[in-house]
Amino acid sequence: MVAFKATSAKVFGLKDNKSFLPYLLLIPGLLWLALFFIVPIFSLGQMSTKVPGAQTGQFVQGYRFTNYVDAFNASTEQFLRSFLYGILATIIALAIAYPLAYAIAFKSGRFKNILLVLVVAPFFVSFLLRTVAWKQILGEEGPVVSVLRALHLISDTTSITSSAFAVVTGLAYNFLPFMTLPLYASLERIDPRTLEAAGDLYANGFTTFRKVTVPLSMPGVVAGTLLTFIPAAGDYINAAILGSPSNKMLGNVIEARFFKIVDYPAAAALSFTLMAAILVLVTIYIRKAGTEELL
Amino acid sequence: MKQMKKWFSKNLIRIYAFLAFTYLFIPVLYTFVFSFNDSRKTNLIWKGFTLDKWKNPCGAPDVCNALGNSFIIGLTATTISTVLGTLIAFALGRYKFKGRSTTNLLIFLPMATPEIVLGASLLTMFVNLGVNTSMVTAIIAHVMFCISFVVVTVKARVASLDPRLEQAAMDLYANEWQTFRRVTLPLVAPGIAAAALLAFSLSFDDFIITNFTAGTVNTFPRFVYVSAGRGIPAQANVIGSAMFFLALFIVIAAQITSSRRKAKI
Repeated sequence: MVAFKATSAKVFGLKDNKSFLPYLLLIPGLLWLALFFIVPIFSLGQMSTKVPGAQTGQFVQGYRFTNYVDAFNASTEQFLRSFLYGILATIIALAIAYPLAYAIAFKSGRFKNILLVLVVAPFFVSFLLRTVAWKQILGEEGPVVSVLRALHLISDTTSITSSAFAVVTGLAYNFLPFMTLPLYASLERIDPRTLEAAGDLYANGFTTFRKVTVPLSMPGVVAGTLLTFIPAAGDYINAAILGSPSNKMLGNVIEARFFKIVDYPAAAALSFTLMAAILVLVTIYIRKAGTEELL
Repeated sequence: MKQMKKWFSKNLIRIYAFLAFTYLFIPVLYTFVFSFNDSRKTNLIWKGFTLDKWKNPCGAPDVCNALGNSFIIGLTATTISTVLGTLIAFALGRYKFKGRSTTNLLIFLPMATPEIVLGASLLTMFVNLGVNTSMVTAIIAHVMFCISFVVVTVKARVASLDPRLEQAAMDLYANEWQTFRRVTLPLVAPGIAAAALLAFSLSFDDFIITNFTAGTVNTFPRFVYVSAGRGIPAQANVIGSAMFFLALFIVIAAQITSSRRKAKI
């Protein structure tokens, strides 16, 4: 792969320009990212070790690294829940999106483009409106609970919203296109002749799928699961709208520490821990899955 | 019976896809249907059909003010991020230079960072600097998280260009600027348009980063979030549905024009 990358530059006509033109093109955008992405991350790190100052809402640098321990101990539960919910939502989204992407890539014929638009279309309705819609559909006065209760499939006191189930499916729903599109992109790129070749070598449909289609779609699986897991683990809207207080995720804690309790150092420590944990997890995952192509 | 079973197993994947689409569209349909609900303040129970909310989408307090703010932030952030991102995409797609992998990493990292961390870190920086969060800080934040998506989208288009088209232009005595202006830019334009559309929808729909960086400025997602507790007014459903149809129209129109253009060639 590395060898390919090195030569691809020549093949696709990358100009070996000794001038500073490329840097001129890069500077404005990269400067923006440096000032408003890199610098803020440092501010966050700085804030995370501060201690309360003389006035409320004022903090002075005290290099108090135990902020991390305190913040983590106070919200271990929500921290673990963020990762658990994130992983569950990713698995559910993969289970829904893989067959869907497969059907669009191989079985849709001339409707391919229309179906692709349809995958993205629901996401033109605001993220929050859709989440609120789910809350009302699955809620106490909604059709689903009424029908299930009338059929005595659930008891009169059981509800669907305000539960882990609602939060996890809400997360899976909201990030579904991030899963479907990369999967589709990698499935669509598979040369149909490789599948025919597998058939010619007496592999049945399932073996072909398992030994040819799945390995060839791995870059899509890796990209899709990452694009779903990262926002899902950091989300707090689904937990806030669809969950109960016992389904709070780390995002909810960070938000409350910032806006309700005004404990910036603890919020910063938690944000920093979340980012570090996700980066470590993602790095391990990319190594294991063996695709470096993502970058 | 046997035939039915055979049909079923043959079309299993299609049935599955149909169910998946149904699942995807349930909340959309619900939002659309309840935009016609003859409700007063909350929009929880079906009270009867009315077109009133469509005739007067600004009828609920604050909703159009929030929508207007979302448009101002979205359009400004889209313009800036599309320009900055496209420049980077050209540099990455066209030139070999030192620091390429660092650039790629810097583009990738914001996409791999959870929104809450981006929002929290920006707010921390603004607090440290003593800057009051406002619409300006929200636009700054939106440009930041849109740039990477623009770069990725435009870069794909730049990389898929056939270099022979530019060589042909040069052979016909076009200078470098003319080649860019007359050949390269028109060919990359659909990618830039797609990137701008993506940037706008990301910005328009963003809640978490906005919540951290916009101070007291109300945006449409913020309006929905705040009203969610006591029930959102049907006007929000009208606006959500209208945005849905507008976006669908733009995407389908773009698809049709691009397939027509392909048919011409």
